[in-house]
Amino acid sequence: MRYKWQNFNFVKAARPVFIAAIILVLAGIVSISVFGMNYGIDFKSGSSVDISVSKPVEKAKVEEFLNSEDFGKYTFTSGEERISIRFEEALTEAQQKKLDADFKSKFDESASFEINIVDVEIAKEQELNALYGILIASVGIVIYVAIRFEWRFAISAVISLLFVAFMVISIFSFFRLEVNLPFILAILTIIGYSINDTVVIFDRIRENLRFAKLKTDADLTEVVNTSISQTLTRSINTVITVAFAAICLFAFGSEALKMFSLAMILGLLIGAASSIFIASPLWHLLRRKAKPHKSAKPQNAS
Amino acid sequence: MKRLLTFVLVVVVAFGAMIWTSPGLLNSTKLGLDLKGGFEILYEAQPLTGSGPVSKESLIETAKSLEDRANKTGVSEPEVTTEGENRIRIKIAGVSDEATVREMMKKPAELEFRSASGCAADAGYCKVELLGSDFVEGAAEVVYDNLNNPLISIKVKDKEKFGEITTRLVGQNLAIYLDDEMLSDPVVQQPLTDGNATISGQRTIAEAKELADVINLGALPLSLTEKYSQSVGATLGQKSLEETALAGIVASIVILLFMLVFYRLPGFIACICLLVFVWLLLAVFWMMNATLTLPGIAAFILGIGIAVDTNIITAERIKDEIRNGKSVSSALRSGNKNSFRTVIDAHITNIIVGAVLYFIGQGTVKGFAVVHLASIIINIVTNLFLTRFLLQLIVKSGRFNKPSYYGVKESEIRAL
Repeated sequence: MRYKWQNFNFVKAARPVFIAAIILVLAGIVSISVFGMNYGIDFKSGSSVDISVSKPVEKAKVEEFLNSEDFGKYTFTSGEERISIRFEEALTEAQQKKLDADFKSKFDESASFEINIVDVEIAKEQELNALYGILIASVGIVIYVAIRFEWRFAISAVISLLFVAFMVISIFSFFRLEVNLPFILAILTIIGYSINDTVVIFDRIRENLRFAKLKTDADLTEVVNTSISQTLTRSINTVITVAFAAICLFAFGSEALKMFSLAMILGLLIGAASSIFIASPLWHLLRRKAKPHKSAKPQNAS
Repeated sequence: MKRLLTFVLVVVVAFGAMIWTSPGLLNSTKLGLDLKGGFEILYEAQPLTGSGPVSKESLIETAKSLEDRANKTGVSEPEVTTEGENRIRIKIAGVSDEATVREMMKKPAELEFRSASGCAADAGYCKVELLGSDFVEGAAEVVYDNLNNPLISIKVKDKEKFGEITTRLVGQNLAIYLDDEMLSDPVVQQPLTDGNATISGQRTIAEAKELADVINLGALPLSLTEKYSQSVGATLGQKSLEETALAGIVASIVILLFMLVFYRLPGFIACICLLVFVWLLLAVFWMMNATLTLPGIAAFILGIGIAVDTNIITAERIKDEIRNGKSVSSALRSGNKNSFRTVIDAHITNIIVGAVLYFIGQGTVKGFAVVHLASIIINIVTNLFLTRFLLQLIVKSGRFNKPSYYGVKESEIRAL
C-alpha cells in the first residue's frame, strides 16, 4: 500500500500555501497582540489547586465555600472528578493547610490535592528560559543543517519550523488554551519532530540532485516534486503513528499532560504539512534564484 | 538455515531476558512525586541578617543541612539540588506528613555551643553559651598544628564574652550542636581572650573541614523563602500514573499492529526492536537511578514515536528499492545504506534540541530532556542497528524473498 500522489505538483501548489501561511502568521500576530496568551500557573504568579474528588461535588457549594474562606480572588472550573481553582495570590502555607483541611471536612474526606504556587519572578524567568531554549536550539539546527547540507536548506528548514511553532502558539492564543510549562516542552518537541520531518525530505532532494541534470526550471521543480512524493508515504505514516501516540495521551493521559498532547497533535499535523508545502518549495524558490546555469553543487555522499 | 537459527536465537534470548527482568525493572523504577505524591519546593536563600550576596559555600552547606533534616524525618531519598546563585530545589516523593516536613525545612540552621554548667547530672549539655551569630562570618577554617594534625580555627565577634565563657569553663566541655544534634564536644584548655580559638581532636582533614563548614553555616544562616512549590496528593499521583500508563499501552498496541499490517516482515522485525527499545530504555533508567516523572513519560512515549519513524524510514526505503526492480537482498543493502544517513541526520538535529533543553532547562524541562536524549541514543542502537542486523539474518537466509513479504505488490515492481 502506498499513497498515490506521484504526479502532484507540490511546488505549484505551494504558492497559495505561501499566501495562506502569510495570512495565518499575520492573524497569529493579531491574535497574540490582542488576546495575548492564557498563561497558566507556571508563567503567571499565583496558586493553582487541583482537587480530585471521589464523589461529585456541587459547584455552587464549592463557590460558597471558597467565598467564605479568605483566599483572595479566584477562578474555578469543576468537572465530575476534578475541581481546578486558580488563586491570583500565592497562598501561604497556613492557607494551603486550611484549604486542604476545610475542603476535606466539608465535601470529601478522600479528596486528593495538587497545589502549585509560583512566584512572579520565577514565572518570568521560566518563560524567558524557554524562549532562549527555542532560539538557541534553532541556531544549533541551522548550523548543523548548513554544514551537512547547504545554507539554503538550513534557511528553509528553520523558517518552516519557526512557522510551525508560531502557528501552534497562535492557535493556543486564539482559543484561549492554557499555556503552562509542559506547553513549552511540547513546542520544543514539535521543533524536533518538524526538523526531523524536513530533514528526511531534504535528504531525498539532495540525493536526487546528484543524478539530476538541471538545465531548466522545470528540471528543478521535477526534482523537488519527485523527492516529496517519494518520501510522502513515510511522512504520512510517521505522522499517523506519532499523532496516534499523542492522541492516546490526550484521551487517556493524565490531566497535567492534556495541553501538552494537544499542542503535540497540532504541531505534528502542521509540521508535516509545512515540511511538504513550505520548507521544500521554499528551498526550490531560493535555489531557483541562485545564479543561472550553475551546475548543481556536487553533493558528498556520506 | 544457520542464519535463521541465529535470528530465532537472538529473538528468543532477547525476549527471555525481557520477560525475566521486566517485573523487577518495573518495580524498582523510581517514581517521581507527580506519580506517587509528594512535593517539590524551590527556595530562594538570603542571609538571615542583612543583605548581600549568598556565597556558593554557604548555599551548598545549607542544601546539605536540608538534606540531613529531610533524611531525619524518614522520607525516602530526598533530592536536594542547588540552582543558580541563591536557589535550592528540594523534591520529596511519597511523604505522608507534608506539613511537618515543610515546617522543618524552612527553619534556618541553628548552631549552638553549649555547656553542662548548672545542669542536672543527667541533662547533658543544657546551657547555651554561644549562638551561631556570635561567630565571625566565614572565618572558620582548617589549619594544622606542628604535628600536621588538622585543627579548626574560629573567630568570635565579642572577645570579652568569649573570654568570660572560656575562663569559666576551663577543663570542661563546650559542645557544638547543629539543629539539636551534637557534632563535637571539645574541652576548653585555657581561657581565650583574643577572640580566636582552635578546636582540635578531629581525626581526619575531611572531618575537620566539615565541622568548619558547619560553623560557617551557623555563623551566617540563610533564610529560605518559597518561590515555587508543587504538592501532589498520593491518590492524584497514582491516578496520573495509571492514566498515562494506559495511554502508553493503547498507543503501543496500535502502533505495533500498524507496523505489522503495513510493512509485513520488516514490520514484524520493527515490532521486536520496538519492544527491545522500550525495555532497554527502562533498564537505562534503572541503571542511571533516574526518577520517572510525568514529563519523562511524555518524552518516553514520544521516543516511541521517533523509534517507529526510524523503522518506517528503513522499511519504506527497502520497499522503494524493491519496486525499482532490485532483488530483495540488494534492496536491503542499498535501502539500509540510504536510510542510515537520513536517520542519523534527523537524530542529530533532535540531539541538538535535547541538549539545549538539558542545559537551559530546569526542573521539569530538564527531566524531559534527559529521557529525550536517552531515548534517541537507545533508538539508534535498537531501531537502527538491531533492526538491520535482524533483517539481514532473515533476508540472507534466503527463505523470504517474495516481495509481498515486504509489503510490495508484484504489479508495482518496475522492470530494470
